Amino acid sequence: MDYGTWRGVFTIIILVLFIALVIWAFSKRQRKSFDEAANSIFEENESSLNNRSDDQQESKKHE
Amino acid sequence: MSQTSQQQPIDYNLKVVRQFTVMTIIWGIIGMALGVFIAAELIWPDLSLHLPYLTYSRLRPLHTNAVIFAFGTSALFATSYYVVQKTCQVRLFSDKLAAFTFWGWQAVIVAAVITLPLGITSSKEYAELEWPIDILIAVVWIAYALVFFATIVKRRTSHIYVANWFYGGFIVTIALLHIGNSLAVPVSFTKSYSMYSGAVDAMMQWWYGHNAVGFLLTAGFLGMMYYFVPKQAERPVYSYRLSVVHFWALISLYIWAGPHHLHYTALPDWTQSVGMVMSVILFVPSWGGMINGIMTLSGAWHKLRTDPILRFLIVSLSFYGMSTFEGPMMAIKSVNALSHYTDWTIGHVHSGALGWVAMISIGAMYFLVPRLFNQERLYSTRLVNVHFWLHTIGVVLYIVAMWISGVMQGLMWRATNSDGTLTYSFVESVEASYPFWFVRFVGGVFIVTGMLIMAYNCYKTIRAGQRASAAVSHDVKTA
Repeated sequence: MDYGTWRGVFTIIILVLFIALVIWAFSKRQRKSFDEAANSIFEENESSLNNRSDDQQESKKHE
Repeated sequence: MSQTSQQQPIDYNLKVVRQFTVMTIIWGIIGMALGVFIAAELIWPDLSLHLPYLTYSRLRPLHTNAVIFAFGTSALFATSYYVVQKTCQVRLFSDKLAAFTFWGWQAVIVAAVITLPLGITSSKEYAELEWPIDILIAVVWIAYALVFFATIVKRRTSHIYVANWFYGGFIVTIALLHIGNSLAVPVSFTKSYSMYSGAVDAMMQWWYGHNAVGFLLTAGFLGMMYYFVPKQAERPVYSYRLSVVHFWALISLYIWAGPHHLHYTALPDWTQSVGMVMSVILFVPSWGGMINGIMTLSGAWHKLRTDPILRFLIVSLSFYGMSTFEGPMMAIKSVNALSHYTDWTIGHVHSGALGWVAMISIGAMYFLVPRLFNQERLYSTRLVNVHFWLHTIGVVLYIVAMWISGVMQGLMWRATNSDGTLTYSFVESVEASYPFWFVRFVGGVFIVTGMLIMAYNCYKTIRAGQRASAAVSHDVKTA
């Protein structure tokens, strides 16, 4: 396969991969795990008080 | 999850985040003040006091290095270390290595502050630092990658949150770009010559240069956006699936856009066309990210009225959308024929740098400062609001002035008389630019004033936090 043909094939591979990615990302099966992931950044709030006092201890150590 | 973390609170390494946060603000003021100074030099050249160290040509690279690598990259270090710990629910991989990245990076910046005014430069734009400093950058960066990815490896969560994908993409690509473009043959301790020559050297330089924009100034800050916008808005990101597609589309397209910096040069014509087409397509994932960020607020728009921090974050996305529309347009050859080498380019860069990068960083810093220093909230929300308006007015003054002077310069340079001679000499276009350069200078003064207010506000917040924790430790002792 010469370089020009390989480049054409490579472009098609990337295109197919991209379409597969879009189908995967937008499939119903992923919805639940993506919703969980999107909300995961709010989870640490519940223990934030603990973390706060923990930070204070840490900063005291350095003083 | 919350049960286990309540039993064993996670001992996050916030010290390195605090250090980078404080330095972000300090370098921001220095870098932007330098920008105002060189903007003033264009109007009043005698400001250099006829010292070679203070000339525009030597201070301009110091300004760009200070805002991109000192201000912007410190903000990326601070936020990436914070976000990766919080989203992986685990302490940073190695305290020592993290501390090394902080001190190493500050050493790089101090080296830049010393060498660039002395005229020690490799003369590659945004990669001016000479080879010994380049080696230090590479070492620090590899340590950064190690800390970041090792933290992800030992995470307690199953999923890797999208912000970390963007931070990770930025860290890997910057290592690749920096090492690739900085390969040079040293001839002395302070001078080296690029490994590449001619058009290849130019292509390497702009492959680096544009991907510094694409990965450092875009992907890294998108990582910031995907954490701090949802957090400040207290709503999950508008579409997580869009963020996944956005990530892969953005990183696979950006890497090809570099040649648009070399339209109508010795670069092969087909390469220029590839660069142009890729740059135009890049519009799609860029706006995907912008829409994803702004729509996170859908149903909660009222928060913009009361929360100036959120306003910083959301307006930064508007500027991001604006400059990622402008960029692909300017990458089209026929538009580039007018815009290239004029002030329009400078305006475009600053709508990205001051509008997008600086505003999202400022928003993230305002989010972080009270949380890092044991405070419920900032010292003054009113001052954040004042900062917001100073910054916004400053950016608008800046970019509108540069648009007008840029288009004017482009039109003057290409104007010809009926016999084919040029209508205007170059110096006539310089003279015509003065009023706009003055407006730019005024815009810069607004922006630096805002940054000083930010420093005051954060200083008061940090002091209050220290007093509070001192009181707590006093109580503990007496009890």
